[in-house]
Amino acid sequence: MADTRKPAQDFTLRIRRYDPESGEAPYWDEHTINLEPHRSVLEGILQARGRFDGSIGIRCSCKAAICGSCGVRVNGQAGLACHTHLDAALKSSRDGVIEVEPMGNMPIIKDLVVDMDAVHWKKIRRVTPWLLAQDPLPEREHIVPREAMVDVTQSMACIQCGACVSDCLSMEVDPLFVGPAALAKAYRFVGDPRDSQQFERLKDLAEDPHGMYDCTHCFKCIEACPKGVAPMNQIMRLRRRAGGDHHIEDRNNGFNHEHAFVKNIRRNGLLHENDLLTDSFGGKASPKAAMFLAKSLPVITRALLRRKATLKVALGHPHKAPKDVKRIFDVVEGRPERYDLNLYITGYDEEQSGAEEPNVGAIAGGGEDGQAIPSAPGASPKGAS
Amino acid sequence: MPSHDVLIIGAGLAGQRAAVAAADAGVSVAILSKVHPVRSHSVSAAGGINAAISVTDDWRSHAYDTVKGSDFLGDQDAIEVMCSEAPDEVMHLEHIGVTFHRNDDGELDLRAFGGASIKRTAYVADITGQAILHVLYEQLMKYHETVDRYEEWFTTSLLIDEDGKCVGCVARDIRTGAMETFTAKNVILASGGAGQCYKPTTNALICTADGIAQAYHVGAPLMDMEMVQYHPTTLVENGFLITEGARGEGAHLLNADGDRFMEKYAPNKMELASRDVVSRAEQTEINEGRGVGEDGSGIYLDITVVPRKRVHEALREIVNIGKDFAGVDITSEPILIRPGQHYIMGGVKTDIDGATPVAGLYAAGEVACVSVHGGNRLGANSLLDTLIFGRRSGEHAARRAKTMSMPSTTDVQVRRDEQQIAAIIAREKEGRRISEIKDELGLVMNRSVAVYRDEAGLQEAHEVVTRLKEESLSAYVDDRGAVFNQDVLGAIELGYMLDAAECTVVAAIERKESRGAQFRTDFPERNDDDYMRHINTTKNGDAPHVSYTPVTITQWQPEERKY
Repeated sequence: MADTRKPAQDFTLRIRRYDPESGEAPYWDEHTINLEPHRSVLEGILQARGRFDGSIGIRCSCKAAICGSCGVRVNGQAGLACHTHLDAALKSSRDGVIEVEPMGNMPIIKDLVVDMDAVHWKKIRRVTPWLLAQDPLPEREHIVPREAMVDVTQSMACIQCGACVSDCLSMEVDPLFVGPAALAKAYRFVGDPRDSQQFERLKDLAEDPHGMYDCTHCFKCIEACPKGVAPMNQIMRLRRRAGGDHHIEDRNNGFNHEHAFVKNIRRNGLLHENDLLTDSFGGKASPKAAMFLAKSLPVITRALLRRKATLKVALGHPHKAPKDVKRIFDVVEGRPERYDLNLYITGYDEEQSGAEEPNVGAIAGGGEDGQAIPSAPGASPKGAS
Repeated sequence: MPSHDVLIIGAGLAGQRAAVAAADAGVSVAILSKVHPVRSHSVSAAGGINAAISVTDDWRSHAYDTVKGSDFLGDQDAIEVMCSEAPDEVMHLEHIGVTFHRNDDGELDLRAFGGASIKRTAYVADITGQAILHVLYEQLMKYHETVDRYEEWFTTSLLIDEDGKCVGCVARDIRTGAMETFTAKNVILASGGAGQCYKPTTNALICTADGIAQAYHVGAPLMDMEMVQYHPTTLVENGFLITEGARGEGAHLLNADGDRFMEKYAPNKMELASRDVVSRAEQTEINEGRGVGEDGSGIYLDITVVPRKRVHEALREIVNIGKDFAGVDITSEPILIRPGQHYIMGGVKTDIDGATPVAGLYAAGEVACVSVHGGNRLGANSLLDTLIFGRRSGEHAARRAKTMSMPSTTDVQVRRDEQQIAAIIAREKEGRRISEIKDELGLVMNRSVAVYRDEAGLQEAHEVVTRLKEESLSAYVDDRGAVFNQDVLGAIELGYMLDAAECTVVAAIERKESRGAQFRTDFPERNDDDYMRHINTTKNGDAPHVSYTPVTITQWQPEERKY
């Protein structure tokens, strides 16, 4: 929360500069500005530009975190310059100087201006980013559940600033990865009951080797997103819909693996790794499981040799799930509908105000989604209480 | 040299809607904008869009509310067009994917808004503008084969042929600095308002009167420029907008005594009277010593009376704005607000098809003055205005394009503009900084051309603006490069703003009465006999020439305005 009572003070900004016409390498440029601590880094840059150097390049317009122009990295963390307070930036700085750099994963045009079109927008265009409604259209509006529209509003709230793209680790390794922003955009249609091509969209993104299964759950996009869109959560919801609702086989078997975990815990209470592998590939009798088992033999042998596993534990069934575990399953699976954690829907209960903090909620939600139970993934705080 | 049947300058709601409409009519279209389309200022529109879609509503009721809101300065034929076409337009938006919030029956939900006699505002949480803008951009991506997009191109001037027809524009590719002539049978200006003439303002940094000044320079009249809307709820802290949706959801305005003072000013509509009325009431409370905050210059907006669950669902953006920019949790304490510059009702004069008196030149959205807003715009009518008249401009321009051949243009003007930019870049570092001049302009406008005005203040503002125009000619820039030289564009924008500000001040001096957003303390009454007319300013040498045009009345005669 911004503290608006403190007087103006000096802040030093170290801005990464690059002039493509100079033939020189990028360099750092320092300016000391004077503003109240709750003012934004963008206001600091604009003061430096207005008073000292009009040539500092940065896209900006609304100053209020809605136009999405001023995506930058402040002390290494991607976000909006207008949405980062000077006092917070000072606190996260390494040496008392606030470092502002252009976003990552995108080519730099000049100073803090990056080529969004070459990366971000190209990926957005990849996901057929428009509604494919049923034909014919209704005479008036589509009649859809109230919650459905509130639900897609979370991904609709994306302002296309590129902060998540900047910090996406998977994209750093695989530049072809469709990426967090575009996949969140895809969910905006997959989650929209008016769209008629949900299966096709999901199949497309599941089969693309750079599609929805290329995400490694690193949470970087959730941290970077200034609007609580929580792109990773949207990716997990895409997967859940692809595997759970549409039975689309995923490329790296993650969905079955998730199922195997649930089955395993239901039976054993504690994780029993021997079954996990075979169950993930369709059970002991499945040829796929045998193949994977054969492939995994060296790993298994090493584990046995290093006494990380014993034959007795590997072959026997040491655990049996206690009654309490069964009760948890009954409660969760007994729910009439699936709860998907969504920032726009959470915070219903007056006493649940903690869940309304966008970032806290987003990260907590990601955690739940990451280990989601297929029949009731990402239980809402309401459901959990 | 690109040439198109319809060239649209500006890619907010009006521009994008015009592009899709023209493309649907089967002509070649280009849309050019100095920012990426989704950065356009339409993105900031929060509260919603008005349309008589409820079965208990009637577009005539919407039209009457709009006429009354305009203080009888709006043209009623245009208002009838806008309000009668509104329901179809909102359904169209729903069909192409806007995620309008629903009621429990799954139909479009409607919220209350200022100056409206019934709930008729469709909305997407409090990001309605963003949701519509992004969905329209989805459509532009879908239409990529029929609509050419020139993103981050800055228009420097409009092209006029020997017969006085508009035949294109000259623009600079911001990314490379290259200048280009765009030839077109028709040009639609959709480049937004002039909020940056004021400091503070709720408007984005890009709202620098570009289209208004470009049209003015080719002889198009600017209408009702004195009508500048002050929004009743902007943050004292930094001028950010708190949506009228907050009051629509039930929030109260309180003075230092804790009174809901709107009782005195608008006993029936209370906080939901039209914006000019509420802003004046707040300013009166502040001026008479009942303001709150450190120097008594604010008013409390109390959102705590709205159920918390509803706030989080429907007013999420202002929860964030309160937290991030004012340090206030709006769900548990009141927030300090005051009236702040928000919108200009005036602009380039057009007819109901968006056509300006300059052949081949159209205008739609905040840049234009049809006039549907007259002396005061109702909340949630601006999105509607942009879409209805954006579409109509696109359709009309496409029809006109089919009757004519492609005009020929030369490179005379592109060379001239290129030289002018080179001259700005080459200025000696002797004059004032651009940011200094801009700040001085903003402060004088906010002091003297604000909620309350009088002759002395307006004359002072006029003198300052005239001096700043002179000073701007020698203002220097630091950036000497071609790639992304925002500095030199800032110098051009400053010139645009000064032209618009000059017309605003001149028109405000001319209108010696109080109507809508223009309240003259020296002429506190509305004077229908002399001033129920539009004031037009046209470029005449170096200063604006003033003329009058009648207000169109169809079914609603002027009456006393009470809320």
